[in-house]
Amino acid sequence: MGSRRYLLRKVLHAIATLTFVLAFNFVLFRAIGDPVKLLTRGGSLHLDPKEQQALREEFGLDDPLPAQFVNYLGDTLRGEFGYSFASGRPVIKEIREKMGPTLLLVGISTLLSAAIGILIGIKGAWRRGSAFDTGSLLGSLTLYSMPEGWLGMILLITFAGTLGWFPSGGIESTDQLTGFAHLVDLSKHLFLPCLTLTLGYLGEFAIIMRSSLLEVMGEDFVQTARAKGVRDKDVRRRHAVPNALLPTFTLAFYSVGFILGGAVLIEQVFSYPGLGQLTYGAIDQEDFPVIQAIFLLGSAAVIFFNLLADILYGYLDPRVKEA
Amino acid sequence: MITSPHQPDDLTVGTEAAPPPAPRDPKKIKWLRRKRALAGFWLVYRQSKMGMVGLILLVTFIFLALAAPLLVSRTDLGVSDPPGAPFLRPSGEFPLGTDDFGRSVLDLVIYGSRISLIVGFAATVMTMTVGAAVGIIGGYYGGKTDTLMNALTNWFLVIPWIPLAIVLASILGRSLFNTILVIGLTSWAGTARLVRADTLSVKERPYVERARALGASNWHLVSRHILPNVMPVIFANTVLTVALSILAETTLSLLGLGDPSSISWGGVIFDAFDAGALSAGLWWWLIPPGICICLVTLAFTMCGYALDEVLNPKIRER
Repeated sequence: MGSRRYLLRKVLHAIATLTFVLAFNFVLFRAIGDPVKLLTRGGSLHLDPKEQQALREEFGLDDPLPAQFVNYLGDTLRGEFGYSFASGRPVIKEIREKMGPTLLLVGISTLLSAAIGILIGIKGAWRRGSAFDTGSLLGSLTLYSMPEGWLGMILLITFAGTLGWFPSGGIESTDQLTGFAHLVDLSKHLFLPCLTLTLGYLGEFAIIMRSSLLEVMGEDFVQTARAKGVRDKDVRRRHAVPNALLPTFTLAFYSVGFILGGAVLIEQVFSYPGLGQLTYGAIDQEDFPVIQAIFLLGSAAVIFFNLLADILYGYLDPRVKEA
Repeated sequence: MITSPHQPDDLTVGTEAAPPPAPRDPKKIKWLRRKRALAGFWLVYRQSKMGMVGLILLVTFIFLALAAPLLVSRTDLGVSDPPGAPFLRPSGEFPLGTDDFGRSVLDLVIYGSRISLIVGFAATVMTMTVGAAVGIIGGYYGGKTDTLMNALTNWFLVIPWIPLAIVLASILGRSLFNTILVIGLTSWAGTARLVRADTLSVKERPYVERARALGASNWHLVSRHILPNVMPVIFANTVLTVALSILAETTLSLLGLGDPSSISWGGVIFDAFDAGALSAGLWWWLIPPGICICLVTLAFTMCGYALDEVLNPKIRER
């Protein structure tokens, strides 16, 4: 199969998935849940029948479902997610404001956990059964087993509370700082949330990298390289690791979704003003327009990163395109 | 449990004892074969240190969960007549201190093991059932059915689970059953993919073809040949799924989407967080339930790892 067809197929697949997510969201809120009840916070916001009718008309709930679906698609594609119950502001504005800090947090944490995890995995696999291997595998499994929200709480209570080394929350001390001083302040605030997310996802990377490298080490071309008399270090660096990196590399892209999800709790724990905190607040207040928008955007982001991973994978490992 | 009555080739282990006198009764043969396979399996499993540590931990926690009603009186867990004053530090009377109502944190943690394990197991059963059904149906029937099942699986694999779980839990409401439902609905896809791949390979084996030639129905083929042979894959996957389900329950509870009326480890952490345990430094309320979650998850993961090494000879040490 040619490169172009491979690309086209992957893009079409991503679009189909996105359409499914859109339809799923529509069905969930209109068909399974009662929209009026959801829009009035489980009926706790008492409305008389007249007001309810007004609400039904405003949201076009009396239109036939297909017409509602078309309206909904149009609104969503235009980025019109309605107004937040909590703040009364357009949902899209709220999201745009909170996106930056979250991208910063999730981006740094993903890179760090992937980089450190991969290094640990390589070292462990290459000396299988060594003290380092056993120790790091056990450590990775332990980190993997920890609820990261809880880990964040423990780090906060220890390093911000008892020891007082880091600020206990927020993203900046004041908004007066500029330049280098601002950067230092920002790093201090980012340190604990980043540490939590990095620790929380590092284990998975180390485990995957380890097993992937172990598998590659048994392959013929590694044996051949050894037989040729290539130095151990070069066998690892030039033959084994590049091939073992592939699955780990895709994992990094697939993990974005999980790390984004993990950020919800971490941001709440560290009062970090990002999408996670917005989500947590929306759950607490049953702010459905916000919850819906976050579900759609979160899914879109994950689908996008998966597509990116597929495309890059096809480029790095041309065998995939043939399949 | 690992081995199945109709397993034509011995997938698990190659340890064969000297053949005992062959019994005539086919039922006896079946049981003998099962017993021998299980013994062989145990022989290999026992060698894995990791698997044994995990198993011991696991048995301890299951025992704790079963014995909880004997160790803790239910009235001590009520909020109306708590045994102590609120926010007591750990002491002889309350080894792990008390919570905001004055309930013993140790009691909460012991009782919490029940809900955490129940959710873990129930969600796993659901995940496995849906995953196995979708995977086998798709893999066995092939064609359009497979395309459809595969598309469904891929969709659910891609949708990020936390937003999906949040949406589902918010719409369905907060109860123990819904927690299980949400975890099951969001985590079956991985299993379905594994089972489908395995079904595709089992389907092509000669004995399936032979049974088909003899006129076996689809149901017979699936239930008697395909299912027993994909069982090892499902089973090894199950153990890891329990770990993931327990973590998922914790995440849902921490997000405030758990059942407020039942006591789970995640719920205890959420209550502590909600009551301001972070700023007040009430570590004894936060740390124990988290450590329990970590230990149980670790136990399941370790057992899963060991099982995988036993059941999947490819990754056994070369």
